[in-house]
Amino acid sequence: MSVPVLEIRNLHVDFKTRHGVLHALNGISFSIARGEVLGVVGESGAGKSLTGSAIIGLLEPPGHIAGGEIYLNGARIDGLDFESMRHIRGKKIGTIFQDPLTSLDPLFRVGEQLIETIRTHLPLDEKQARARAISLLADVGIPAPEKRIDAYPHEFSGGMRQRVVIALALAAEPDLVIADEPTTALDVSVQAQIIEVLKKLCRERGTAVMLITHDMGVIAETADRVAVMYAGRVAEIGPVRSVVQHPQHPYAQGLMGSIPPLDQHPSQLQQIEGSMPRLSAIPKGCAFHPRCPLVIDACHQTQPELRASGESFAACIRAGEAA
Amino acid sequence: MLAFILRRLMQSVLVLVVVVLLAFTMFRFVGDPVNQIVSLDTPAEQVAEVRKSLGLDDPVPVQIMRYLYHVVQFDFGISYQFRQPVVDLLAERAPATLELALMSSLISLLVGIPMGVYTALRRDGFFARLFQSISLIGVSLPTFLIGILLIYLFAVTLGWLPSFGRGQVVTVYGRWTTGFLTVSGLKALILPSITLGLYQMTLIMRLVRSEMLEVLRADHIKFARARGLTTHSIHFRHALKSTLVPVITIAGLQLGSIIAFAVITETVFQWPGMGALFLKAVQNVDIPIMAAYLMIISALFVSINMIVDLLYAFVDPRLRTTIKN
Amino acid sequence: MAQEKTSGQANTVQESLWSRFRNHDLTYQFLRSPITVVAAVICLVLILSAICAPWLATMNPFDPKQVLLMDANIPPVWIEGGDPRFVFGTDDQGRDLYSAILYGLRVSLAIGAGGVALAAAIGITLGLMAGYFGGRTDAIIMRIADVQLTFPAILIALLVNGIVQALAKGSSRETWAFGVLILSIGLSFWVQYARTIRGSTMIEKNKDYIHAAKLVGQPTVLIMLRHLLPNVIGPTLVILTINMGLAIITEATLSFLGVGLPPTQPSLGTLISIGNKYLFSGDWWIVTFPGVTLAIFVLSINLIGDWLRDALNPRLQ
Repeated sequence: MSVPVLEIRNLHVDFKTRHGVLHALNGISFSIARGEVLGVVGESGAGKSLTGSAIIGLLEPPGHIAGGEIYLNGARIDGLDFESMRHIRGKKIGTIFQDPLTSLDPLFRVGEQLIETIRTHLPLDEKQARARAISLLADVGIPAPEKRIDAYPHEFSGGMRQRVVIALALAAEPDLVIADEPTTALDVSVQAQIIEVLKKLCRERGTAVMLITHDMGVIAETADRVAVMYAGRVAEIGPVRSVVQHPQHPYAQGLMGSIPPLDQHPSQLQQIEGSMPRLSAIPKGCAFHPRCPLVIDACHQTQPELRASGESFAACIRAGEAA
Repeated sequence: MLAFILRRLMQSVLVLVVVVLLAFTMFRFVGDPVNQIVSLDTPAEQVAEVRKSLGLDDPVPVQIMRYLYHVVQFDFGISYQFRQPVVDLLAERAPATLELALMSSLISLLVGIPMGVYTALRRDGFFARLFQSISLIGVSLPTFLIGILLIYLFAVTLGWLPSFGRGQVVTVYGRWTTGFLTVSGLKALILPSITLGLYQMTLIMRLVRSEMLEVLRADHIKFARARGLTTHSIHFRHALKSTLVPVITIAGLQLGSIIAFAVITETVFQWPGMGALFLKAVQNVDIPIMAAYLMIISALFVSINMIVDLLYAFVDPRLRTTIKN
Repeated sequence: MAQEKTSGQANTVQESLWSRFRNHDLTYQFLRSPITVVAAVICLVLILSAICAPWLATMNPFDPKQVLLMDANIPPVWIEGGDPRFVFGTDDQGRDLYSAILYGLRVSLAIGAGGVALAAAIGITLGLMAGYFGGRTDAIIMRIADVQLTFPAILIALLVNGIVQALAKGSSRETWAFGVLILSIGLSFWVQYARTIRGSTMIEKNKDYIHAAKLVGQPTVLIMLRHLLPNVIGPTLVILTINMGLAIITEATLSFLGVGLPPTQPSLGTLISIGNKYLFSGDWWIVTFPGVTLAIFVLSINLIGDWLRDALNPRLQ
């Protein structure tokens, strides 16, 4: 297997607060191959977006990487100085944020923002950059791009703005796109279109995608593999089909059970009792054990490592038992 | 766009009408216009005659209309203390106040904005903290105390700069005199304009700082960082522009209030401006001057507000579109 | 298992009142900011000495019988020509500056507090009315507020002063100066309170407890005062603190400009105004000591206000 675009090994992110150090990410490991779409799911607060911020080196203080390694195309990028990291952001790693309404600078024309991004990373002159910006806008499906390029963000609808954001993320042909809940803030009717555009463009360019979402439907549609996160750890990771259909980790099972299937009408949807622990009160051993239907004594003691189970890897002593 | 300007214009006119009514009430009921004409030993029947000839026995609406008619022709009546038309007194002193206000505004903007940006970007730096502390002292020190301090330091102790007056002035056009053209005029301007500008400067600095800190946390700045734009561009192209949009409004209002705050500075430095005249009017219950000053200041504020609104529309494209529609 | 979790939470909630106070974020942030602690101590000392002025002062500067003109313009004790009776020297009337500052502080504080209280009372009342009744009441009150907001407070205070002076023609300044200063400050500073209260009232009035109170048939005034007010008054605390500093400055400025308190009942501003006249003849102490007291007092108040605003702003945490 060739070198993966992104590889994360045992990543830890801590927050220093006055109540002590909070471990927000607790030993995350995964990799994304060239052209692959990795879905990252989990409840809010599980550490999905934090992982994204850590990769691009934009953790907000007091958050900081406390351990582990991040490799981009085989080269280590965590702990790089700000200026080297800046050349990676936008050029090697494109980012798409949740809310297109606030992601764009309202005071600059869409074209100005595109051209600035392009010229920051590519050796093009103003005219070439503008031509590239227009073709990018056309690629993401904005009609009459040569006219719309001079419009301000507020003159676009939410879906159109997210297309602009995608164009900005792809402006310098990055190897990896981190899409952090790219459709959550959009109308349901527009969500599918946006995902479609993202998928198509990344497939054409061979761009790897880390798709952060809590929408299992989007994951099932789009992702090649999926990582299920819980309380700052990866609970299960594996091919999307196997994780959705045969989840190994009890949490993943609960998560999949909570999705209404289309073909039948279950009398009741499954739900997971309780809620995810706060960062300040993550229980010892397996973080999921207070909510787990399969809990045994050993779960209180040791934090389980990811191990092969079925077609996936799951961090559970009893992985696969109840499927 | 035209409709927007017209609507703002209507609102401004409304405010001015209210102010004129207020001024009329002061002029007519708080003060007594007869005072402008008679002296203490004028016989009673003569006073009554004057009262009648001034139309003070007419119904109030008629009087209001007459007052308005006079006001739009800049006829504000006669000052009780000086026995001169108020408009002449004000016109004579307006250049002094306006030149002082102009210099102070320039100081407060040219120093306040860069300092605010600096303290926001170097939030935890030594100088940023120093500026921030100094600014709090600036807000806490009353203007007159700063004036006294400067006079004591630079006029009394060091003897570098004059402690009062405008220095030598040159008549430029009609009644317009300027201190900009002589060395002594410029030297005389230094201390008063610093005194007057300092408070506004600290306010603008603190405003720019907090606004900029807010903007630096905004999503579009995060996205700009994630796109790998240079720090310089993020700070001075994107963040600064977003910061200045709301700052314009408040800075505009602050500059308007500089003219009003000039009352204090002009008193400390015995600056022959409108503010000092107004203060003398308050002390001596010279109602016509008070009423006229109120109206002139209001007109100034209203115009500044209008300009600020238009400027706002010019800077913020979102507003420009709403106005267009 | 869910039960286990809730009981664990309950344990952390059961704390003594004292430890709750000690662990409260506000207390924590207060103690973490040494400048604020110093400012609070200074404020407390100055307020206490203003209240206890009659016992701390060596003379009553308001009492003409105790003041001797032959003691005028004596420098502070540590300077040649100083008099051990007058630590900080005397002013042009022969008043002991130390005592005059204590009494002046008292006057400044009383007017500042009175003015701010009046402003808050006007602002909160009008804000509650505007927010609760809405419609035309709201429109009128807020238009007035808008217009007034464009005028600096000092100008309004001056105008109020001038008008009262014209109406009170003949009567001596001493009898009304105090009240007029409070009125001027009250009328100049109410807008901020009205705006804040109106905003939160408009949100609160649509909540269930207000609907419930209405359904039970409670009188409107009672609903506004007993139910609405306690829930909307919180944010005015910061404004109150910051306004206190402004009000004291405004009083001092008016007195300095000669439209505030007369020299017979001097506030800090009046003392500075007197001192300013003697600055050129080298009698620097008359202006310096009242000026420094005023500056330190206002600075301390502003430091507390600044800290309070940041500490209560969740976005800055």
